[in-house]
Amino acid sequence: MRILDPHIHMTSRTTDDYEAMYASGVRVVVEPAFWLGQPRTGVGSFTDYFDSLLGWERFRAAQFGIRHHATIALNPKEANDPRCREVLAEIPRYLLKDGVVAVGEVGYDSMTPEEDEVFAAQLQMAREAELPVLVHTPHRDKLAGTRRTLDVVVESGLPPERVLVDHLNETNVAMVLDAGAWAGFSIYPDTKMDEDRMVAILQEYGTERMIVNSAADWGRSDPLKTAKTGHAMLAAGFSEDDVDQVLWRNPVAFYGQSGNLVLEPVPGFTEGAPPTPGVEFEGSSVLRGARA
Amino acid sequence: MNTDSNVAAGTGAGAGDQPGSGWLAQARAEVARDPDSVTRAFAFTARRVGRAPRRPGTDPAGVVHGTVDDAARAALVVALADAVGTGPDCAERLVSLYRQGDAAERRGVLRGLDALTERGDLGGSETVTDTVTARDATAEPAAGPAPLVAAGLDLAADALRTNDPSLVAAAVGPFGSRYLDQHTWRHAILKLVFQGVSLDAVSGLEARADDELDRMARDFAAERQAAGRPVPADLDRLTTTPLSSTPLSRTKE
Repeated sequence: MRILDPHIHMTSRTTDDYEAMYASGVRVVVEPAFWLGQPRTGVGSFTDYFDSLLGWERFRAAQFGIRHHATIALNPKEANDPRCREVLAEIPRYLLKDGVVAVGEVGYDSMTPEEDEVFAAQLQMAREAELPVLVHTPHRDKLAGTRRTLDVVVESGLPPERVLVDHLNETNVAMVLDAGAWAGFSIYPDTKMDEDRMVAILQEYGTERMIVNSAADWGRSDPLKTAKTGHAMLAAGFSEDDVDQVLWRNPVAFYGQSGNLVLEPVPGFTEGAPPTPGVEFEGSSVLRGARA
Repeated sequence: MNTDSNVAAGTGAGAGDQPGSGWLAQARAEVARDPDSVTRAFAFTARRVGRAPRRPGTDPAGVVHGTVDDAARAALVVALADAVGTGPDCAERLVSLYRQGDAAERRGVLRGLDALTERGDLGGSETVTDTVTARDATAEPAAGPAPLVAAGLDLAADALRTNDPSLVAAAVGPFGSRYLDQHTWRHAILKLVFQGVSLDAVSGLEARADDELDRMARDFAAERQAAGRPVPADLDRLTTTPLSSTPLSRTKE
């Protein structure tokens, strides 16, 4: 089972997670820029975060045989803080960078006018950078939020096949598929979706334009939910090819629109072998104890 | 959608021998017309020309001699210097490319400084001095180093602090060999040995190696032996008599 986890916040995860993910079949991840729990108060903490997504985290993932990519954006929650909105001026230069495969996560949290403005501005940045867009749908008032999201996308002139609308469930999947966008599902231990509900949705709507992620982050979550969904699909009678489509080919096709996805195995990586000693990023290593 | 081309890095315009050389020629011409375009070209270089090592036989990771995208970015730096001159404007642009760049883009700036050094075009005639103190004592207060040299020394110092082997290696090329003060240069060389990077990365090693570096290499070998750890073979290149033939014989792990 080969897996591209199209939405996972590895910054918040451990090296044990990387090892377990590799063992479960994960070879490529995409880490969307998002909020960190602790609110940011200025542009500098965003740019350091973006740099770490493109630098340190990519290095860390490679030590465990996993190709790491990022999506860059000002998230909707922090779009409401004027001190954070200044980061919008910095985002276009990040969208050019190697390994940036989409603009995201953008969308709505509380559906304020500020969120509207920041969402629309970043959709235009995506058009200019010719990147796809990862859209977060709100946790509260999800149905109305999804409808409004799709309206804003249409207004922006962005082709719907360049948009992945995430955190969907039974109530809003049809709306997204009908609009021609990609449908994303975050499989969580308790809330949002679980594996069995996901399998039922795939049985009802098929496997075209359907994308599954773990969205694992600093909250209760499970970075192996992609693999677990694959196994649940097989147990329910889906074929290996169906699983490959949902867990690999679909996210590859979506993010591949960036022309910036690297899928080759990490050179020199051997499964089960410890990370190479002496290899460091900016003076830090994933190893502990004695070093070369 | 271009899912077939998302993996391949070397999809150039087809002109020339190397993948992406057509793109590079275009990007250089564009920089000549519009120097600001170098920022975008720098970000896209690896996607257009590939990321392969320049000498895969001896340097499969591209750390020692750099990668094809390093070389392409160096060519862009030269095009930039041709477009805006080698004064403060160029220095400012290189600092910005470096500070806003990822590790590969930073290597590209350093290797660009190497290319400018090799063609003797940094806009100044700063000479190698023995130490920072000696540099200060001999510097002409009015002139000082050329802006590109001063900027390059700041960027090289940053690269040497990182401990990223590819950045350290890129900081000891022709620019570093020509302009780093002797103390900084010696520590850069020892850092490469420490990181297990071949000293083939160093430009002009024999010309600059001195007694102090010889002493540092011997002390480092002794420290390794005391810890029961292997002594890197490259240390021999820093000493006048081979370490392996002295009583401090190499330990085996």
